Amino acid sequence: MTDVLPRPVEHVEHGHEELHEEHQGRTGILNWLTSTDHKVIGMSYTVTSVIMLIIGGAFAEIIRAQLSTPNGSLVSLAQYNELFTMHGSVMIYLFAGPFAFGALANIIVPLQIGAPDMAFPRLNALSYWLYLFGSLTLLSGFFTAGGAASFGWVAYAPLSNSLNTPGSGADLWIGGLLLTGFSAIFTGVNLCATIFYLRAPGMTMFRMPIFTWNMLVTAILILLAFPVLTAGLIMLYCDRHFGTHIFSVAGGGVPVLWQHIFWFWGHPEVYILALPFFGMVTEIIAVFSRKPVFGYKGMIFATLGIAALSLGVWAHHMYTTGVVLLPFFAIMSLLIAVPTGIKMFNWIGTMWRGEIWFSTAMLMAVGFLITFLIGGLTGIFLASPPLDFFTHDTYFVVAHFHSIVMALVMGAFGGLYYWGPKITGYMLNETIGKIQFWFLFIGTQVFTIPGYILGLDGMPRRVALYPHDPQWQTLNQISTLGAILIGISTIAFVVNIAMSWKKHPAGDNPWDAHTLEWFTTSPPPHHNYYRLPQIRSERPTWDYNHPEHKTAAHGHHEEHHDQEVPVS
Amino acid sequence: MKVEAKILIGLGAFFGSMFAVYWYFSNEDAGGVMMFGGMLLGFLPGGYYYWWSRRMKPRPEDNPYATQAQGAGVVGSFPGTSIWPFTLGAGCFFMVLALVFGIWLVIPAIALVFWALVGGTAEGRRGGKV
Repeated sequence: MTDVLPRPVEHVEHGHEELHEEHQGRTGILNWLTSTDHKVIGMSYTVTSVIMLIIGGAFAEIIRAQLSTPNGSLVSLAQYNELFTMHGSVMIYLFAGPFAFGALANIIVPLQIGAPDMAFPRLNALSYWLYLFGSLTLLSGFFTAGGAASFGWVAYAPLSNSLNTPGSGADLWIGGLLLTGFSAIFTGVNLCATIFYLRAPGMTMFRMPIFTWNMLVTAILILLAFPVLTAGLIMLYCDRHFGTHIFSVAGGGVPVLWQHIFWFWGHPEVYILALPFFGMVTEIIAVFSRKPVFGYKGMIFATLGIAALSLGVWAHHMYTTGVVLLPFFAIMSLLIAVPTGIKMFNWIGTMWRGEIWFSTAMLMAVGFLITFLIGGLTGIFLASPPLDFFTHDTYFVVAHFHSIVMALVMGAFGGLYYWGPKITGYMLNETIGKIQFWFLFIGTQVFTIPGYILGLDGMPRRVALYPHDPQWQTLNQISTLGAILIGISTIAFVVNIAMSWKKHPAGDNPWDAHTLEWFTTSPPPHHNYYRLPQIRSERPTWDYNHPEHKTAAHGHHEEHHDQEVPVS
Repeated sequence: MKVEAKILIGLGAFFGSMFAVYWYFSNEDAGGVMMFGGMLLGFLPGGYYYWWSRRMKPRPEDNPYATQAQGAGVVGSFPGTSIWPFTLGAGCFFMVLALVFGIWLVIPAIALVFWALVGGTAEGRRGGKV
């Protein structure tokens, strides 16, 4: 029978347990195949996307090993092209995006707003299957005769046409992205509908946790950006196989149109990747500083500002094509620094005079701030056309966006350490977590900073060989060392999961956290809540657990010195 | 519902103004068209939400002083376990493989998709297994 769910009633302990007994039936592979529970689907997304992170990371290690000597012979030039293409594709399409909006958002957003499930559970399951099948399609390119796609993760025309990149690897790349693209669109629809329609009573829009807000804005961006990519991919396929000339000069087409379409998706995609992690970091910093989020509404409007501006900056990837409106894109790109700066200010303001607890999640969040700042500031350089003409397609760009994405990886691991106990019911080992953090943080800086210097020296990106220059070789070797440290940190995470598997039960609220998801059990029952607290601020669980230090309605604080409250 | 509507309309208005500036100063069509589309994606659902928000009573989740009891009643109907999303996904998978490995793969693809559509619809009508 279909579940027609009554609302959970306040203060009724174990009200509907008898309803939920029957859900314990299916386990194992049958549960994985048929479940429409957002937590099971989210867990499938988490495991799949972390496996993709490890696969993409392995490609990165091979690339860095190849570059540790000027004329490395670990892989052939053709294999190198496949590797950097698939490294970028796996990391962007199959790890960062799905991990953000498929894995953690899927599990946490319904919990944070007091919903029993996502709005469309079967669509949610379909999203996962499209993502998994899309990933398999993309990766199966390696098993074809011609090898995987080798035109870079951006697939610029005319390099991506059927003359320059023949073979089925490229077609599998297009097909895989079609599937994962639809998966993302469906998830976007689901998140919007869930947040608009399934909030608990009293959970007004301006009481939603920042993570949920960021996921809403991310979902809107997905709906704006992903259809453009899907349309572009279909055009590319038609050019390759059906004889159309949309992107080829020969038939009167415009190659640069592909770049417009790709980056009109691609730049919002950068924020689709980043905003969820901004949200995670905001939650983590507030909880482990024992303070409410500083500038709650400022955070929300900054997020909306970033999203609004992100649609008008795509051609800053195309300055050197010479056919874009430079002043417009430079101004828009530089303006993004303003809302991002507001966010940085608010994160520091949240920590300011807080009672900071340096757990692994908090360390990851602070590491995120530092690394993201390095990547963000170099991004401001690149937004300026004269500087971009100088550094375009050099290692400076590579180092810039690797600072950004490695910051996101730190945010991702912070999210896993913070919400892992809620999702699985068991704590992760903090000591191994801290070892992982230091390897990851130091490794990231050792890996990226030589790249900035190499880029300013003029080393181009996407090359397997480079001139014999002692300085270039040394810098590349330092960078490779950083990549090895990052690899060790990932191994530490796998070891941590193995060592702390079902060892230390977490309890409902191990961090004394603020938001609604910590009110239910760990792991939450089927349909999430047996009872709900009264929601009078953006910190309902905190208000319930600390009635003497409530956050007043509308987020104004009755207690002016909330941060000085001793924590029991 | 008003806040939701205002967010979407606000984004649509911003995309609209950006479109106007870009359209006027650039000689490029693709970006202008896409920004115009972005504007519509803000205005259409935003306008619809706004239209509704003026015609409905505020929901408990829009009321800052709502108690949990005010939200008592049915939240909605949620499906139980279902195999059909997997079947539909597998059908789409074969459809994409048909683009690469040969048109004959369309046969299992359409079979799976059709089977999933029929099965999913029937399950939705009678209520799936929980």
